[in-house]
Amino acid sequence: MAMLTLSPDWPGGYWLHWGVFVVIILVFVMAMIMGFIYLERRGVGRFQVRLGPNRAGPFGVLQPVADAIKVLLKEDIIPAAGDKWVHWLAPVVAFVPVLMLFAVVPFQDGALLADLNIGILYVVAVSSISVVGIFMAGWGSNNKFSLLGAMRAVAQEVSYEIPLVLSIIGVVLISGSLSLNEMVKAQSIPFILLQPLGFLIYFVGALAEINRSPFDLLEADSEIVAGYHTEYSGMKFALFYLVEYAEALAISAIITTLFLGGWRGPVLPPFLWFLIKVVGVFFVIFWIRSTIPRIRVDQLMAFAWKCLLPLALINLLITGIEVLVLPAALPWTIIFVNLAIMVVLILLWSKFFQLGGGRVEV
Amino acid sequence: MVNIGPVHPSTHGVFRMRATLDGEVIVDLEPVFGYLHRGIEKLAEERTYTGVIPLTDRLDYLASMSNNLAYCLAVEKLARIPVPERAEYLRVIMAELQRIASHLIAVGAFLNDCGAFMTPILYMLREREKILDLFEMVSGQRLTYNYMRVGGVSHDIPDEFLPALKKFVDQMPGFIGEYDQLLAENEILLARAKGVGILPKELAINVSASGPVLRASGVKWDIRRADPYSIYDRFKFDIPTGSVGDCYDRYRVRIQEMRQSVRILKQAMDQLPSGEVRSEVPHLIRPPVGEAYGHIEAPKGELGFYLVSDNSIAPYRFHIRAPSLINLTALRDMIIGWKVADAIIIFGSIDICMGEVDR
Repeated sequence: MAMLTLSPDWPGGYWLHWGVFVVIILVFVMAMIMGFIYLERRGVGRFQVRLGPNRAGPFGVLQPVADAIKVLLKEDIIPAAGDKWVHWLAPVVAFVPVLMLFAVVPFQDGALLADLNIGILYVVAVSSISVVGIFMAGWGSNNKFSLLGAMRAVAQEVSYEIPLVLSIIGVVLISGSLSLNEMVKAQSIPFILLQPLGFLIYFVGALAEINRSPFDLLEADSEIVAGYHTEYSGMKFALFYLVEYAEALAISAIITTLFLGGWRGPVLPPFLWFLIKVVGVFFVIFWIRSTIPRIRVDQLMAFAWKCLLPLALINLLITGIEVLVLPAALPWTIIFVNLAIMVVLILLWSKFFQLGGGRVEV
Repeated sequence: MVNIGPVHPSTHGVFRMRATLDGEVIVDLEPVFGYLHRGIEKLAEERTYTGVIPLTDRLDYLASMSNNLAYCLAVEKLARIPVPERAEYLRVIMAELQRIASHLIAVGAFLNDCGAFMTPILYMLREREKILDLFEMVSGQRLTYNYMRVGGVSHDIPDEFLPALKKFVDQMPGFIGEYDQLLAENEILLARAKGVGILPKELAINVSASGPVLRASGVKWDIRRADPYSIYDRFKFDIPTGSVGDCYDRYRVRIQEMRQSVRILKQAMDQLPSGEVRSEVPHLIRPPVGEAYGHIEAPKGELGFYLVSDNSIAPYRFHIRAPSLINLTALRDMIIGWKVADAIIIFGSIDICMGEVDR
């Protein structure tokens, strides 16, 4: 990466930087998705007392490649009564924004496509476009299960955006910058310690945002078959599959950047630290997936509006007070206070918070 | 209007629910079955009494042993055939093992319907595999055993069976504890299953539900106690009941029944006598003219066989009281007003087997 910074004055440097990073991001995302798919399948296999894929290549590492080839060779089916254009465009609309997210994620100090000074705002804005693609898929398929999944998707992703953003603001307040690179630089102590509640809210909200268990309602296979991508096959299905993992990768990268100190770490090179943390977060994501049952749609909404939103607001208030009143306070005091507040709040909510309604009279 | 099924990941076979939806809420529901109808009752009337046993395997294919047992009891009642002591014990051992195996599938599939991505069911299949190994030792089969005969069982158990059974019985309580540790008190599972799909006591009795579905509603009714068949009056065991009759109760009742089955297995193993396993029965049984109803507490409820004999070699009339089908009749009342996701778990908590519903 040293060559990228070698001649800042050279006019071609801007385009060189642009070109190189586009390639790096594409390769990184594709390679990591392959790795994640393999990791998840092997890992979940272990959780479920079975082996997982172990035939293609040594230890089954070529399984994602074999899957990709199989999926590419499959027939591409468009439902006869479906909306052809919407159906065709949906995977693209869902996939591109996820790829765009990586433009502002710093792989190490200064190593990112565009160091936007509104980086986190860009992340929030771009990541919410994917839901349009998902809704297009559900609508264009002309299938009731797809539509149910798409409706759930819209409700879910719009609701969870709010606590998600509110929890990010806490980080922004402490670091005093919207640029992701600056945020990493501000983390002499990882923000997970300064913002434990914010981290939890962000993590839960992010799980809902990327439709991973226990919030995987929109593709709940035991309820609505496969949700929005029921009618997809071949390459277009593969794109949705990629979206799922690319989103998981993006969220892991953003959690790493915002809360876990990004590329910072002792001894090992920064890029390796970044990778280790990303894989660690992803591990937690699929660990949750293989353990916890799925939440119901009304409970999901109640959880966002009655639990996460107030908690996020309180978190924001406390962080604001801390930044205003105690700017010079010892970080360890703040860590202790915040942890205590988090525990008290979570205990309070778990005692008084009721998850969603019961039977509806019809 | 949505057709959930006949081919759907959670309909446990080919079952269709014609659901009328208002948003996510189910306002009307019509169960449609018959996709797996094979005419077993009619086929049975064309076969000899012994020849019917393999057909009964194919009713509830997750509990073949129980089906065999119920049918053999009915024929023995009809033809007044005695059963040797050792065979009675072997039958109880097989029936209780079968109950555990069937409940493992029921609970695992239920948790899978709740969305616990395959993990619980794979844990439970691991133990079911051990039971299937035991069954393979005695019958050579892993799904349709065809093990019991009129007047006993087909073979005596091999030497390696009892040690393996003992090992299984010792291990099983630990495994059940493991399932509980994984999910029993999980917050999401409680939110999903508690209070959902309540089957009130009166309704449960009125639809003549049986098995865990009835007991979860708080009715202490178990044929092993109410009308002890075989040698069940010799064993000590409790009848677990639920309090509300919701999905969570049905799930808990099944888990506790597994513990009770292990208890029965222990006692049966200790008391197992030696001797014959099959009484002298002619090849072609010609029961006297008359009728008989043999029923047992199968894993899914009261499984009964009603036979009418005209003193020929085949039953004149053959009817099966299938617990899955009768428990399923309460489905509509339980589901209406709940959401699509609830409908799936309510359906899953009834624990049906389409082979038995459609026959």
